[in-house]
Amino acid sequence: MSGANLGTAFVSLLRRDLMLAYRHRAQMLNPLLFFVIVVSLFPLGLDPEPELLHAIAPGVIWVAALLAAMLSLDNMFRSDFDDGSLEQLLITPHPLPLLVLAKIVAHWLVSGLPLLLLAPLLGMLLNLGSENLLPLMATLALGTPVLSLIGSIGVALTVGLRGGGVLLSLLILPLFIPVLIFAANAVGNAGAGMDITGQLAFLGSLLALAFALAPLATAAALRISLN
Amino acid sequence: MSIIPNWLHRLSSPRNFYRFAGTVSDWCGWIALVLIAIGLYYGLVNSPPDYQQGDSARIMYIHVPAAWMSMFVYMVMAGAAAVGMIWRIKAASAFANASAPVGAMFTAMALATGMLWGKPMWGTYWVWDARLTSELILLFLYLGYMALQSAIEDRDTAARATAILALVGVVNIPIIHYSVEWWNTLHQGATVSKMDKPSIHISMLIPLLIMALAFKFYYFSNVLRRARCEVLEREKDKSWVQELVRGEQP
Repeated sequence: MSGANLGTAFVSLLRRDLMLAYRHRAQMLNPLLFFVIVVSLFPLGLDPEPELLHAIAPGVIWVAALLAAMLSLDNMFRSDFDDGSLEQLLITPHPLPLLVLAKIVAHWLVSGLPLLLLAPLLGMLLNLGSENLLPLMATLALGTPVLSLIGSIGVALTVGLRGGGVLLSLLILPLFIPVLIFAANAVGNAGAGMDITGQLAFLGSLLALAFALAPLATAAALRISLN
Repeated sequence: MSIIPNWLHRLSSPRNFYRFAGTVSDWCGWIALVLIAIGLYYGLVNSPPDYQQGDSARIMYIHVPAAWMSMFVYMVMAGAAAVGMIWRIKAASAFANASAPVGAMFTAMALATGMLWGKPMWGTYWVWDARLTSELILLFLYLGYMALQSAIEDRDTAARATAILALVGVVNIPIIHYSVEWWNTLHQGATVSKMDKPSIHISMLIPLLIMALAFKFYYFSNVLRRARCEVLEREKDKSWVQELVRGEQP
């Protein structure tokens, strides 16, 4: 066994990924810009009537968040795969699922968290109403980590493939459906003045389940892809 | 090793699997043909029309077994893929890979017959009904599985990668199913209310079960035939395949 313990390995990998993301700020911003542009296309394509926008806002914001997550997911293992550091990760003495979890956390911090912070602005653009912004952010806080976790499985399966990006969306988007349903519904219900603890509890349990299982599946998938 | 019985282990060798699958596939195919003939005769000719829906309800003799099969095949596929991944049994992986197109076909069939039935009954081909929606998502899962399978060139890597995808799908299918159902009950005002399900009469149940059995036999026949092709392709450089080719094409 090497000298570094597991905690050190986890933290240093997390720090490295965050540093890399910071050095490539533009790359990190692109999915966010995409998110904003997609959302702002809907009022142009539909009607800019406030009532209509209010009704579609939760769904539009969440679908755009899913698509933005797909875009950023593609980069999760790509550069590490290209320069070979992914293989180095696989042969460390530390359990791979935990190292994978560090990368997933880093991915969420640079893609999910900015989405979360940007969402209130888009909610206002779509006339969501200020009282619904907090529920929207709550669903994003619980839902976007699930996207990073489940998405990592798909990325790990497609990392070595040509045209992996399109394939990734085919594999992963159907699995995102429960998150979309509960999250968009929670925001919609909040707008109607209804209780949303049920939906948030569902999102929380999805997060717990994905947190427990997804790193294991991702680690297994990485071992296969890099064989 | 002791988990796998000896005969199963012998079967897992590609050569034995090829021969065994050929025989079983033929038998299953004939049984399926006979059962489909009997089931369709009973269902379309010899059973009473539904008291509410008339003859349109007869599409259920295709639709319901196809919908059952769409779930059944996914479970079998995931099970076979897991066996193939854990014990490295190539025949099991071949079986899983061969299952995907058949399962996708059953799913598409269930959707198509459901839409045809929906037009006279609900007045529209498509409603966002919970069962229709879950079936559509199941079709997406099948298509994703097939897309991943065809994207990876190396067969063994493809088999293990798709196995992981199938297992992830198995964990997700109940979640997706219940979330869609729950979503649907909330949107019930917008959709056509589901017809209340009267308990099915025995004269309709028998042809339905015969058709369900027939579809199972058809599935095994078809999937074994596909798996045989895959085994041949995989093993094309082995001596037994070359002997087979030389022997059959003198």
